[in-house]
Amino acid sequence: MSTATKDHAALSDIFNADEARVNWHDDTLWFVRAKRDKAAHTLPEWERLRDTASQIKDNVLSNLHDYLLQFESNAQHNGITVHWAADAAAHNRIVHEILNDNGIRQLIKSKSMLTEECHLNEYLKEQGVDVIDTDLGERIVQLAEEPPSHIVLPCIHKKKEEIGTLFHEHLGTPEGMSDPVFLTAAARLHLREKFMTRRAAITGVNFAVAETGEFVVCTNEGNADMGAHLADVHIACMGIEKIIPQRTHLSVFLRLLARSATGQPITTYSSHFSKPRPGQQMHIILVDNGRTTQLGREDFRNSLKCIRCGACMNTCPVYRRSGGHSYHTAIAGPIGSILAPNLDMKKYADLPFASTLCGSCTNVCPVKINIHEQLYKWRQVIVKEGYASPAKTIAMKTMDFTLSHPAVYQKAGKAGRWFLKHIPFAVNNRMNAWYKQRDMPEPPKQSFREWFKENNTMQKNNSDE
Amino acid sequence: MSSRAEILASLKANQPATRALPEDLENPVIFESPVSVFATMLTNIGGSAVEVSGFEEIKTYLKEHFSGLPRIISTLPELSDVTERDWIDHEPHSYENVDLAIIAAHFGVAENSALWITESLMQQRVIPFICQQLAVVVRKTDILSNMHQAYTRIADSSYGFGTFIAGPSKTADIEQSLVLGAHGPKNMTVFLVD
Repeated sequence: MSTATKDHAALSDIFNADEARVNWHDDTLWFVRAKRDKAAHTLPEWERLRDTASQIKDNVLSNLHDYLLQFESNAQHNGITVHWAADAAAHNRIVHEILNDNGIRQLIKSKSMLTEECHLNEYLKEQGVDVIDTDLGERIVQLAEEPPSHIVLPCIHKKKEEIGTLFHEHLGTPEGMSDPVFLTAAARLHLREKFMTRRAAITGVNFAVAETGEFVVCTNEGNADMGAHLADVHIACMGIEKIIPQRTHLSVFLRLLARSATGQPITTYSSHFSKPRPGQQMHIILVDNGRTTQLGREDFRNSLKCIRCGACMNTCPVYRRSGGHSYHTAIAGPIGSILAPNLDMKKYADLPFASTLCGSCTNVCPVKINIHEQLYKWRQVIVKEGYASPAKTIAMKTMDFTLSHPAVYQKAGKAGRWFLKHIPFAVNNRMNAWYKQRDMPEPPKQSFREWFKENNTMQKNNSDE
Repeated sequence: MSSRAEILASLKANQPATRALPEDLENPVIFESPVSVFATMLTNIGGSAVEVSGFEEIKTYLKEHFSGLPRIISTLPELSDVTERDWIDHEPHSYENVDLAIIAAHFGVAENSALWITESLMQQRVIPFICQQLAVVVRKTDILSNMHQAYTRIADSSYGFGTFIAGPSKTADIEQSLVLGAHGPKNMTVFLVD
């Protein structure tokens, strides 16, 4: 997809061309958000759980150095090989080396947003290695040659008819068949063959426990387990912020994760990998890729608390109506919009503006990240650093000048009302971005200042005296 | 500089002043009758809860509901006369054609109907995932209320692999339509034993 040169607004235009689909997308995600609410409300201690999780993550971020060393030592003691990768390129190289050492050219992968962030699939393809994603949603977007549009629901932008067509082309299902039960059964057969024949499996990591050296992977489909327990080589890829101090802390995070993500009380499988099975190799790659930089940014540090539940996306009025692909980054939505500018401020300068700052993301976040405040702060950083789009900069400068010069402000107001009244098409046109999907308001006859002058009887009386 | 040294140096430079860990969460939800909550939760997520007095009743249930399946295996010695013998020490891929696997759980959790099962109860890690249908045996006295109790019970026990399993494998990736049996078992029966 050549989205590199288009910003969020332009990409949203593409998504918005099909209004019925936008409405469906909006409703579907809101349905998931409503399920989250229902699940949260069943627990009287929900808010205390969020507080506790947030505080555990504060402790993690302030001791990450020591926790990572503790994790490394315990994992090695358990027989897991630990690798460190400063950036995406180092991560991808390590994966390739492990595969080369074992003479493996084909592998399967369960969901890992980190490998999306590192563009591992593209890299391995260039090296002649075949990767098959085993999460159903991820397999669907892989067949469509698209990136996932949501971190938990990768193909939420696709209609079942489109999936039926993809499966007809790639898996040989009957033409026109779009029944979800039938399509899922077809994918089960197709992917079972891959599980049975591929010798290496990559998984993501939801939590890694410093105290024990084990890591936890959560899925509903069971694809991470099918891959890991059948493969000779298991490679788990994780961002360094996924560390938690103690095993007992899993109780807090496992209670929050699935309820926030989909409204389930827990994912079907919450698998704790502590040691490789006899004869198996188990590797874990600890990846920085900008995380230590974000840790040093006081205003944005909290974004590293994220447990990737996707609740902020499901609730976001902008995400629901613009689709995940409009964010042109691996992690879309509100949380992605505060993570991405850390990696490349210029490329992702548009994302913190893709928000109404309504704060709903912050309200649902299970680890209480102040997402909307960080979006607002990123805007200030981006404008100050000179990365805002020229139109936005001119508009802001004009606004700044107008608001700081009272005489200009009064004239501008008068002019605006005159234009709206006498030649509305001068502002109601495509040149005015605000006019898109909106009508301009009826202009008031006079400004408040003018009205106050006429009606301020107290001052009149005073001056009469 | 190696990636490891680079990351550690960067962490040293950038991590904020130490923040203490919070106290454990107080008074998490406790159910008066965890077994019935467990059964309801399991039913809600597509599993079946069956209350039984002992293994004879389990055998009767198996005969009524799963007879005719070509390959039934179990890790439970109490069921050895109704399941396949000598299946344990084979290559994990060889279990691809298992129709029903019956295993035990250490305990269950009422708030989410998850069952804690470690490697020692599976014999082979892949068993609860690769089988077409899964049945799990757990004592009613081992049904806890919440996940905090669960991790208190797990404590610092040692395992190579352990997992919480809640219901059958599932997906809703196609238009949010729930489908049971994504890659793992298509259904899950839990025998709650007196």
